[in-house]
This record gives sequence, structure tokens and C-alpha cells, in this order.
Amino acid sequence: MLKRTLTGGRIRERRLDLGIKQADLARQCGISAAYLNLIEHNRRRIGGKLLIDLAQALGVEPVALSKGADAELLQALQEAAARHSGDPATLEDARDFAARFPQWAGLVAAQQARISTLERTAETLTDRLAHDPFLSETLHAVLSSATSIRSAAAILVETREIDPAWRTRFQRNLNEDAEKLADQAQRLVQYLDSATDAQSDLSAPQEELEQFLAENGWHFPELEQPGRQDAERRIDDLVAERGGWLGREATALAKRWMRCMAADARALPAGEFSAAMQAMACNPAALAEAFECDPARVMRRMACLPAQPAAEAGPPSPFGLLVCDGAGALVFRKPVAGFSLPRFGAGCPRWPLFQALNTPAAILRRLVETPGEVSTRFLTYAVARPTMQGDFSGAPPMEATMLMVSLEAAKDFCAQAVPEGPDAFGPVQAVGSSCRVCPRTGCASRRELSILTEGG
Amino acid sequence: MGKRILLIEDEPNIVEAISFLLNRDGWEVSTHSNGKGATEAIARVKPDVLVLDVMLPGRSGFDILQELRANPETAGLPVLMLTARGQTKDREMAERLGATRFMTKPFSNTQVLECIQELAGNSS
Repeated sequence: MLKRTLTGGRIRERRLDLGIKQADLARQCGISAAYLNLIEHNRRRIGGKLLIDLAQALGVEPVALSKGADAELLQALQEAAARHSGDPATLEDARDFAARFPQWAGLVAAQQARISTLERTAETLTDRLAHDPFLSETLHAVLSSATSIRSAAAILVETREIDPAWRTRFQRNLNEDAEKLADQAQRLVQYLDSATDAQSDLSAPQEELEQFLAENGWHFPELEQPGRQDAERRIDDLVAERGGWLGREATALAKRWMRCMAADARALPAGEFSAAMQAMACNPAALAEAFECDPARVMRRMACLPAQPAAEAGPPSPFGLLVCDGAGALVFRKPVAGFSLPRFGAGCPRWPLFQALNTPAAILRRLVETPGEVSTRFLTYAVARPTMQGDFSGAPPMEATMLMVSLEAAKDFCAQAVPEGPDAFGPVQAVGSSCRVCPRTGCASRRELSILTEGG
Repeated sequence: MGKRILLIEDEPNIVEAISFLLNRDGWEVSTHSNGKGATEAIARVKPDVLVLDVMLPGRSGFDILQELRANPETAGLPVLMLTARGQTKDREMAERLGATRFMTKPFSNTQVLECIQELAGNSS
């Protein structure tokens, strides 16, 4: 397995694994040994035919040398530079830094992610202070009591000759306000204590859910059992046993998602569904028709069912999944390598996920391409449909679901999933992660300037 | 007879303390404890200075101030706004709607008395 994060490093590692001399590989690919040396040390860009030739000589797919991590690490470095100096480092500088000091580069990227999380926490706390109705009302009452106490106490101290009746009234007022203040302070402390316990309020509950599901391989064999009656108990047990660290909101999200997974498993039994996926070329529309069920359910099942469900510890599903509500807010995300998702905030408006919201019930199949030097093509299926509602009071809320898989992974998983021919899926659609970190220029869907390009 | 002042505030103990101070200072003090009926109380009392709390039951002090400023008879009435929220946006809102002065709780007796005296001086 190639562990290096940059293309040059991966080429060198693979060459050394195979015991090929640098000069021999260079000759085979029609370049000088010195030039190959520069490539291997990430001092020269590589792509196109030369990348294909080198991959062929090294017996691997080109994507194995260039995929995923390069782009993500470089993007993280550029974002960190832009956020803290206001001047995004050039791609060459970031590449040079990552090549020379890979561990430091990883550290910078991790620190940037941590800073983003802390900034979000600060925003949440500020928002809470500004808008929490309980805090607002209680602080108002505390300040009113303090004002009253201050005024009455000052009158009693500063007025030399005060009518006994007024003195008695102010003493009584002082006593009343002191009691009110003590009660308000106590309620405030209790409230803040309970808020501190609920740490999920300060971090993103969805991130906790994502981590919880990822730690469990996005799959719970316990939920595959057919019985519906004790599913709730099994979910409670699983969350208590493996998700004790989850916050209050994340626990609720995890249970809701696991109920959905259990229902999906009952409707689409693992063995039968896994065989059908192969037989039907991983086509969610055909699978939905065959199993007479909601295409979104099929997509969830495809994303969460392990590649070999019968195996004790098989590889996870190669499919990623995104779910958004009618307002376009991401409510669920199962990421896949190479398809960058924004840590917070809105995603790329060009994702088929959002296009599906405009065409409810229609299953959209789109081939999309991620941006950057090491772009990857993903096959996506997206559908939007109304969510369940228990009354007839109005238009039901909409939800869109998108399944995505890289072409390479799709071929590995099921050879028929990607038919031959350049136009098998129609034109390639250019997408990004989010506008802020998207290097594409001239995009009609851009909503804010990119930190990676001048003028966006 | 002293100048008339109307105090619109829903905390009875604050009303009592400020009323005591103003009475002692020679003011003719009237009070009202609710946002509802506040404009009627102003029309009835015809105060020289108005002390108006922002957070009132029934209707916000900002709404009342806006209505006062839209009425030619009360457009020039000196108004001291009281609030427990000292946020910039509240202060800006008070200024935009035409408050003469803005004071955040907990204020001292001296502060509130001096402010009212200053407003009365300006209005005479």
C-alpha cells in the first residue's frame, strides 16, 4: 500500500518496492534520471501522459499515484495560509512545504481544522448568549433586582432623615429583591451546569454522529436481524455500549439514523440485496424497482452495507452518501476519498444533490469531476422526495439524497457499474467542495469569492 | 408646582425607589407599569420628561418610542430609555428611534437623577 501523501513520494516508494533503479525507470519513460529525481521529490508537477507512463511502468493505476490526499492536504494548507495571513500561498509553495516537511504540513492542516472547530464553538456560545431566551430573561431579571437593591440601599444609606414608613418599605423591598436575586442566581447556575454537561451543544452533533458511524464501519450487524419489535432495544444497547461519549443531540441523531438503518435492513435483506447490486450494475433506480421501495432507501443501503456483508470484517462500502433538507442544509454525510466536503457551511451549488430538489422523485444520474490538479471523476445518483408527515396540514418537507462513488472504486466493486464509452453518462459536470475553497473560475453558481484564486 | 415626569417601568421596587428620589427632588411623579396603555398614559399626564423601560409586558419600549416620535405632539418629548441589555444594537436602536438618553441597569440613583435633571433643563 502506498502511504506517501504526495504523488512524487508515491512514485519513489513504488519504484523502491519493486527494486527498480531510478535511471532504468527514467529511461523506460523517456525522461532523464535527474528529472525523475525532481519528480520523486515533489519538485516538479506531474500529470497527463507521463503519469500514465510511470504508472504503467510501475504496474499500478495512475489514480493510485495521484489520488485524494494530495489535493486535500494542499487545499488545507492553502486555506490555513489564506485564513491567517490573508494571502493564500501559491500551490507551488504549499506543495514544496508538504514535500519537505510532510509531518509539519499535516500538523498545520490539523491545526487549521481545530481552529475551525473552536471558531464554531465560539460562534455557538456567542449565539447562545445573544439569543437564548432563558439566559436573556434571567439576566434581565438579575439586573433589574440588582438595580432595585442598589437604589433602595443607597436611599437608606444616603438619606439622613427618612420617614419611618418609607424606611420600612425600602427595607422590605431590599429583602424581597435579595430573595429574588438569590433565586435567579441559583436557576442561572443550574442552567449553565446542565448546558456544560451537554457538550454536544458546543460541537457539531453531526460531526459526532459521523465519527460514531465511521468508527463502526457505517454498519451494525446487530441491526440486520429481522425482528422489528426489539430493534429499539438493540439500538439503545448499541448506543449505550459504543456511543457513551456522544452528546445529547448526537445521541438522538444516532438513534434516529440507526432506526432508519434497521428499517432499511428489514426492507432490503443483506444477502439478497448484495447479490442484486452486482446483478443490476449498482443501479439504484433498477434496485428500487426490483425491491419496490424508495430509491433513497436503496442509496442508504448501498452506502452502508459492507462490500462483503457475510464476511466478519470485510471492506466498507465504496459509496459515499449525502442527505440535505429542503433548505439545502446537509443533514447527513458519509464522505469518500477525493470528494471534499465542507467542514461547516454550504456545499457546492452544482452538486446533483441540490439539482434533485428541483425535480422531485426523478433519479438524476450525473458524472461529476472534482476540481484541482488531481481531479477525480465520481458517478452520482440523486433523488429528492417528501419526507413522511403525520397530518394533512400542508406541503411535506423535502429531503434529497445523493450517492457518489469514484469511477475507479465503482469499477473495482462491480465491473458493469461503469459501461465503456466516453459518453456513457453524458457530459461531465464540474463540481467543487464549497465556493470558499474552490479554485474554479467563471462559475455561474459561485456565491462567494474563493480564497484560492484572485477575484474568485 | 414641580415638573411632571412619567415613569413607565414594570418592576415595582425600581418604580418605588425612583419615585422616592424624584419626589424628594420636587417632581410630580406619575407611573405606569405596562406597555399597553402607555401612549394613553402619556397623553393623559403630558409629562415634561418620560422615563421608559425597553422590556415591558404587552408592548416594547421601542414600539412606544416610535409612536411618540411619529406624533407631532410628543415628537420633542425628552425620553430616557432604561434597559437591562447594554448591547450596542439596543443602544443604536434607541438612538435611531429618537431616544434622548439611554441608560443600562443597574444604574445608580445619582446617575438617573442627574440625567433626568439634565433632560428637564434642556426641555425648559
